[in-house]
Amino acid sequence: MKGYIEIDQERCKGCSFCIEYCPKKAIVLTDKLNLKGYFVAAYPKDKECTGCAICAIMCPEVAIEVYRGGTS
Amino acid sequence: MKKLMSGNAAAGEAAVLAGCTCYFGYPITPQNELTEYMAKRVPESGGVFIQSESEIAAINMVLGASVAGARAMTSSSGPGISLKQEGISYLAADELPAVILNMVRGGPGMGNISPAQSDYLQATRGGGHGDYRTIVLAPSSVQEIANLMPLAFDLAEKYRNPVVVLGDGMLGQMMEPVEFDHIKKPKEVIKDYILTGAKGRPARMVRSLLFDVKELEEHNWKLARKFQRIEQSEVRYETFLLDDAEMAVVAYGTAARIAKGAIARLRQEGLKVGMIRPITLWPFPVKLIHDTAKTIHDFFVFEMSAGQLIEDVKLSLEGKGHVHFYGRPGGVIPTPVDLFRIISRHYYQAQRGKK
Amino acid sequence: MKKVYSRPKSLKPAHFHYCPGCGHAIVNRLLAEVIDEMSLRDTIICVAPAGCGMLLYNYFDIDCLESAHGRGAAVATGVKRVRPDNLVISYQGDGDLAAIGTAESFHAANRGENITVIFVNNGVYGMTGGQMAPTTILNQVTTTTPAGRISGQAGHPVRMCEVLAVLDGTSYLERVAVHKPAAIMATKKALAKAFQHQMKKTGFSMVEILSPCPTNWKMDPLQACKWVEDVMSEQFPIGVVKEVQC
Repeated sequence: MKGYIEIDQERCKGCSFCIEYCPKKAIVLTDKLNLKGYFVAAYPKDKECTGCAICAIMCPEVAIEVYRGGTS
Repeated sequence: MKKLMSGNAAAGEAAVLAGCTCYFGYPITPQNELTEYMAKRVPESGGVFIQSESEIAAINMVLGASVAGARAMTSSSGPGISLKQEGISYLAADELPAVILNMVRGGPGMGNISPAQSDYLQATRGGGHGDYRTIVLAPSSVQEIANLMPLAFDLAEKYRNPVVVLGDGMLGQMMEPVEFDHIKKPKEVIKDYILTGAKGRPARMVRSLLFDVKELEEHNWKLARKFQRIEQSEVRYETFLLDDAEMAVVAYGTAARIAKGAIARLRQEGLKVGMIRPITLWPFPVKLIHDTAKTIHDFFVFEMSAGQLIEDVKLSLEGKGHVHFYGRPGGVIPTPVDLFRIISRHYYQAQRGKK
Repeated sequence: MKKVYSRPKSLKPAHFHYCPGCGHAIVNRLLAEVIDEMSLRDTIICVAPAGCGMLLYNYFDIDCLESAHGRGAAVATGVKRVRPDNLVISYQGDGDLAAIGTAESFHAANRGENITVIFVNNGVYGMTGGQMAPTTILNQVTTTTPAGRISGQAGHPVRMCEVLAVLDGTSYLERVAVHKPAAIMATKKALAKAFQHQMKKTGFSMVEILSPCPTNWKMDPLQACKWVEDVMSEQFPIGVVKEVQC
C-alpha cells in the first residue's frame, strides 16, 4: 500500500467530495451518523490508497490526514 | 504665540499637535477648510491623509486605523455624520478610540450650510444602533476648539470609545486668535487591544458579533459600566454670573457666546441673569443643574434648534423649576440684542409670577 | 510512511460552522495553508466581512477584525496605511463586495491600496438565507427572485474582476474556483501570488473564488460543484484577468 488516510468523522459532514474525486474510489459514504447528524465518509483499510491527497485537497472540513510512502 | 485662524483650521492644527496621525474625510460644507488643512498638514507631519469616497468610507478607515493603533479622526457635517452612524456604533462596540468632529449646519435633509445646533440629540443619544454613548465635547470659541481637540483624543484613548466634538458652521469658519502652546505630544502607551500581527503573542480578535445572548448582555453591561464611570468623572461645564442669578440661561457652543453678549446687556439693566454652559454635552452636567434648582427657579434654554438641549435640562431638573425656551432652527443666528429682548420678557414674566 | 497532509497550524481546533460542501470552508483551509507555508502569522491582519465568512475569526490563529457589511476595503485601507509592512487582507462575499460595498471596493482599488481582497463569489446572499446577489446568474431562482433573475427587473450579474481591471490602481486580479482538485490547487497558487504582489507593493490585488453554496442553491454538494463548472464559469470566466509585473 502506498498510502492511507485518516478521516475525523466528527468533523465530516458527508459532502462526498472526497468520495467523488478519489482516483481509486477508495472512500465510501457510510450509514454511520456522527454527533452532528451527518452520514460520514470512511476509508476502509483494505481499499487501495496512493497517498495522492486529493481527498484532503477537496475536504472542506479539514477532516482528512494523509500518509504516504513505503508499505504500511 | 497667538495666530489668527479659523475654527476648522485650528481643529486640524490642534489634532496634529496632539498626535493625530490619520485624517480621513469627505468634502462637506461648512468644514471643508479642515479637510483642506489636513490635506497639507497631516502628510507634512508624517501622517496619513485620505480624501475618502464617502463619509461612510471615512469612518471605516478611522476604524481600521484605530484598530492598528493610530490616533485617527474624521470630520463632517450633519448629513455626513448621519452616514457615519453605523461606523460609530461599531467603534463603540469594538471599544476603539476615535474622534469625530461635526460642524453642524441647518437640517434636516439637505438643510443649508448655515450654523445650527440641530444635531444635539444625534450626538448625545448616539444616532447609531445599540446601547452605547459617545462623549460629546462642545467648544464655544476657536481657542476652546484648540483646547478640546487634544482632550478628545485623550478621552477617546482613556475610555476606548468614540468622542464627538460638536461645533457648528460659525465656529468652524470664524477666525479668532488662538495658541497651541499647551498641547503636548501624547505619551507612548501600550495598547493591548490593537492588531499588529500576532508576533510573539496570542492572536487577537476585534469584533462585536456575539451570538450568545449571555455574552452580548455582559458586553453591554460592561460598556454601561464604562459609561457610568465617564458620567462620574468627565463632566465639564462653565458657569457665568450664577452666584446671585435669579434666572440661569443654559446654552452651549455659539449659542453660549450669543447668550454671554445678551447677559452683559441684561446685567446692565439690573436683571440678575447668569449662565450654565455645558462643555460636555454627554456626560451632561445633570447634578449641577439639579443642584442649581435649589436656589434658582427659572432656567432659560437657548439653542439654535427647535428644541433638543431642552430635553436634557428638563430631565436634569426632574420637574423642579420652570423652563423657558427660545430656539431658532434652520441656520438662523439670533443676535445678542434679539436674545436680550426675549430673555428680558421672560425674566419679567417670571418675576410677576413670583409675586 | 510519513504524513503528507495534516491540519494547518494556523487553524484553531474549532469545527467549521459552514454547510456541507461550502466553498468558504475550502477557502479558509487554503488560506491557512498559505499562512503556514509563507510564515505569515506574525504579520497578517485579516478583516472579516458580514456574511457566512465572518466567523472566520473563530478559526484562524491570527489577528482578525470584523468590519460592517461592505466596508472591508475601507477598514483594510485604514489598517494598511498605519501598518504598511503588515500583510492586510479583506475577506469578502459577493453582497459585501459588490452590492453594499461597491464604492469602498472600487475606491480602495482605484487608490491602489496595497491590500489583498479575497472575494468569495457564490452568487447568493448566504448568511441571510439565499437572496439575490449582484453575481446571481440570469434566470437563477433565489428567495428574492422566485421566478428567476430577470435582467429588466433585477439587473445582470456583475463581473467584479473585469470591473476593477480598468482601474490603474489594480495590479493583480484573478478568478479561480474551488469545485474540483485542479481548481483548488490553482486557487491556492493565486492566493500566494496575491500576497507576493502585496509584499512587493504593486497595488491592489484580488482573488475572486467561484464557490459552491449547496444550501441556498438547493442542491447537494456535488450538484453544486457541477453548477460551478457548467454555469458559473460560463458567466465568470476562470483565469487571470489582470496582472502587472511583480
